[in-house]
Amino acid sequence: MNVKPWIAVVAAGLASAATAQDNNTLNIDGEPMMTEAVAPAHMENVDTIYSGWRFRSNETQALETDDFDNPAFVFVDQGIDLFDKVDGTEGEACSSCHENVEDFAGLRTQLPRVQDGELVAMEDLVNDCRTERMGAEPWKWSGGQMTAVTALIGLQSRGLPMDVAIDGDAAPFWEAGKELYYTRVGQLDMSCSNCHEDNYGVMIRADHLSQGQINGFPTYRLKNAKLNSIHGRFKGCMKNIRATPFAEGGDEFKALELYLASRGQGLSVETPSVRN
Amino acid sequence: MASGVKPRVKVPKTAAAGETITIKTLISHKMESGQRKDDDGNVIPRSIINRFTADFNGQNVIDVTLEPAISTNPYFQFEATVPESGEFTFTWYDDDGDVYDTSKKIEVA
Repeated sequence: MNVKPWIAVVAAGLASAATAQDNNTLNIDGEPMMTEAVAPAHMENVDTIYSGWRFRSNETQALETDDFDNPAFVFVDQGIDLFDKVDGTEGEACSSCHENVEDFAGLRTQLPRVQDGELVAMEDLVNDCRTERMGAEPWKWSGGQMTAVTALIGLQSRGLPMDVAIDGDAAPFWEAGKELYYTRVGQLDMSCSNCHEDNYGVMIRADHLSQGQINGFPTYRLKNAKLNSIHGRFKGCMKNIRATPFAEGGDEFKALELYLASRGQGLSVETPSVRN
Repeated sequence: MASGVKPRVKVPKTAAAGETITIKTLISHKMESGQRKDDDGNVIPRSIINRFTADFNGQNVIDVTLEPAISTNPYFQFEATVPESGEFTFTWYDDDGDVYDTSKKIEVA
């Protein structure tokens, strides 16, 4: 008779391990965010997708609900200054052409996208403008200036659902990204899916594994107190599994970025988000 | 002038008379402690915000001395009682002599 309740407790424990994301709802300065959505049709093994916000502690979650408390806005402020700053031989700033940064609303949701047969990410667009139109040096992919400006541009799309194109020209890139996602690499012989698909919600040492969604990037991480680019995060993951990371801004990471973006279709852009 | 210094404050736009309101302030500043050395072994000179004040209609509300151990982008949150409509003025004093200030109006209904 004493055995039964004990079994029930164990079963409840297992059930909660499989759904470690909480039920909190995210409102940023009163604006509701979609942190949960029905998984897009191409995802065979997942029914519901969750923003990484849902896997964080209450304290970390609270930081994102108020733009004043969100430490990423220090960098967004720097981005505003950089956007207006004249640089390079042509005497132009970003704002010389893009007069109103708010015109970028929606851009974050569609990137990366195919342009002239190549897959381009937001960092590529920024650096193209810098080298082609401004006559300036390109910024480092995950450098402070780049992430500040991509955060500012991404912020304009906050609240809009992720919506990347994966058919037509983008299909081969998307396939390549999917291939990477499921390929085991490194000394630990792990693929992205081993953690972020098979085991999301489970503790990995002291931390909850998320689904690895990229709807909040660039993201402010408490561990390094700065904005982190998508490719920088990929690099961190690959180092953790003791693999040799691909190059930031390289074809592999851009393809993976496209595939991951497509796994988050329907989640609100949360740029700039706060994570641990 | 230290680069990239930008003060930010959050004060409610309206309040009831005598109500206690929460004020949040943050200034982006690198807060160089003066303890670190550069690649050549030379001490990087101290460059911090050394004082922060808040005034309401000319009357001082808070006056803080900051020390080198305070980390980058110092953040202050405090409460204040507002007796009447008026204006908060926030002032930060930099080691290099710069003074940054910003003000926010509050309406008491």
